[in-house]
Amino acid sequence: MAVFLIHILNALLYSSVLFLIAGGLSLIYGVMRILNLAHGNLYALGAFVTAWAIGLALGAGAPNVVLFVLLPAGAIAAAVAGAVIERTLLRPFYKRPEEYQLLMTFGLLMILEDLIRLVWGPNPLSATSVYASLGSISVGGDRYPAYNLVIIAVGIIAAVFLWAFIYRTRFGVLLRATSQDKRMASALGVNVNRIYIQAFTLGCFMAGLGGAIVVPSQSAVLGMGVDALVLAFIVVVIGGLGSLEGALAGALIVGVVREAGITLFPEIELAVLYLIAAIVLLVRPAGLFGRA
Amino acid sequence: MLAWVVPAMALLLVAPYVIDPFQTLTLTYGLIAAIAALGFNLLLGYTGLLSFGHSAFFGGGAYTVAFLVKYLKLASMELFLAGSVLVAAILSALFGYVCVRYTRIFFGILTLALSQVLWSLAFKFFWVTGGTDGLRIPTPTLLGMAPSDDKMEFLAHHYYYYVLAVFAICVVLMWVIVHSPFGKALQAIRDNEIRAEFIGIRIRRYRLIAFVISGIFTGVAGALWAPLNGLASPDILVWTFSGEIVFMTVLGGFRTFVGPIVGAIAFTYLKTYAVGFTVYWQLLLGTVLVVLVLALPTGIMGAVERLASKIKKSG
Repeated sequence: MAVFLIHILNALLYSSVLFLIAGGLSLIYGVMRILNLAHGNLYALGAFVTAWAIGLALGAGAPNVVLFVLLPAGAIAAAVAGAVIERTLLRPFYKRPEEYQLLMTFGLLMILEDLIRLVWGPNPLSATSVYASLGSISVGGDRYPAYNLVIIAVGIIAAVFLWAFIYRTRFGVLLRATSQDKRMASALGVNVNRIYIQAFTLGCFMAGLGGAIVVPSQSAVLGMGVDALVLAFIVVVIGGLGSLEGALAGALIVGVVREAGITLFPEIELAVLYLIAAIVLLVRPAGLFGRA
Repeated sequence: MLAWVVPAMALLLVAPYVIDPFQTLTLTYGLIAAIAALGFNLLLGYTGLLSFGHSAFFGGGAYTVAFLVKYLKLASMELFLAGSVLVAAILSALFGYVCVRYTRIFFGILTLALSQVLWSLAFKFFWVTGGTDGLRIPTPTLLGMAPSDDKMEFLAHHYYYYVLAVFAICVVLMWVIVHSPFGKALQAIRDNEIRAEFIGIRIRRYRLIAFVISGIFTGVAGALWAPLNGLASPDILVWTFSGEIVFMTVLGGFRTFVGPIVGAIAFTYLKTYAVGFTVYWQLLLGTVLVVLVLALPTGIMGAVERLASKIKKSG
């Protein structure tokens, strides 16, 4: 029973991080119709910045509380990077065919990948002291790292906040209006350019937050962004590109399947995920929650 | 057109006698990439479908060669090519069956996702594929001729001409395909899907056939690449490698027939020198891509054409 509970917690842990990444990707696509291939790199950026900031604080002898305060640093860095990218590199492309947008973000992927290497070097960065500082709790007699519960909590809080943000605020209304009909929204006086930059920044913030909260439990390594992007693709394909409910459902499905896969069928774990995505597409082309 | 083809072909024919072996090898890689880009462009330039999964067919071709060497102990390049055509055709028919139901971004994601399945299999089933170590591929026999002792000499000479011959055949084949009624139908689908359907073109079937042809060309390129590189590893199955194929095609210009060829050769040289010049070659190439998309979306050939028409006007 305890083992089963731990599997469930692991699945939730995994889903939380995936939801943050895929939710951001989906939000950006839903509002702007841009598929950001560099999205995984913003997740990596969040991880590296947080690990770096915590490393600096530790060097200065800061107490544990400060380390927790520094956790969101990566998310803020990713959001800033996102705002700059949107304003300078993506804005010229809204009127051009989407192939060019994909290429632009692919170029960005290459640039960000190497910029991270340039700034932090080729070695992994870790922030395990945060992870260790919380110790472990007992789950049905087995020990389970308490920090993992923090990740799950952040994932749940982010999902609730996002829902409230999009369905209960004025900004959310504008966001949904722009997503449904950009020209109509513009004609009714919505500043579409501002909505775009806000949506892109929010999406990047989520990816950065995913990286920031995950880095204490696993090191920030080069290439982590590209790996994460592929999993985020599976999530949005299953859930429906552009839908946040879909990102949540997709992240839960992928999290559970992956946790089961690691113990039951490790060789074909990724292949099984793609198979699920392929079946969903054949049955419901727009994904579980997508609009056709 | 002939005024361009004859000098270009003549240059390629004498190249191994003029440039040093290292340069010839780089050129060989370039010609192989050109075959892949040519196949890729049948989808992007002529059918209007952006695939981010062509690494699957390139890697499929290369791994076919590796398996034929490892499990059937074959050494003939002709058999390698035949095998990789078959494998690439099967793979692309399977992928295409799922992917051609979609267009635009969804087509791109799906091709990317499916190619990653192959990657994960090559990665995880290490007792079959060698995992990250990959599989070694010895120099094959060409038309029954055994490789000479000097491997460099053999690759930079015999193998170069072999690749050049296959390249020439591929170019002619592709030229015939895009100028046939079938090729025209693809362009009609690209330009206006609904109208194409109204005049009786079976869109999905045409897209599937184009997908399979495209996959076969890329598979042939993978098969030619394998002995030259001497190793088939999962690197060529990762989706970012598909991105490189897209990159070279756009670099050359996907609106013209020769664009992908020019782009592939230019990209190969660019990458070879960038990798030799700095460890941050991705940063360099990424910047090139960003600038290219911002300032020169029609690629090298588009710029050349514009320049030519300007000269004509002023002259």
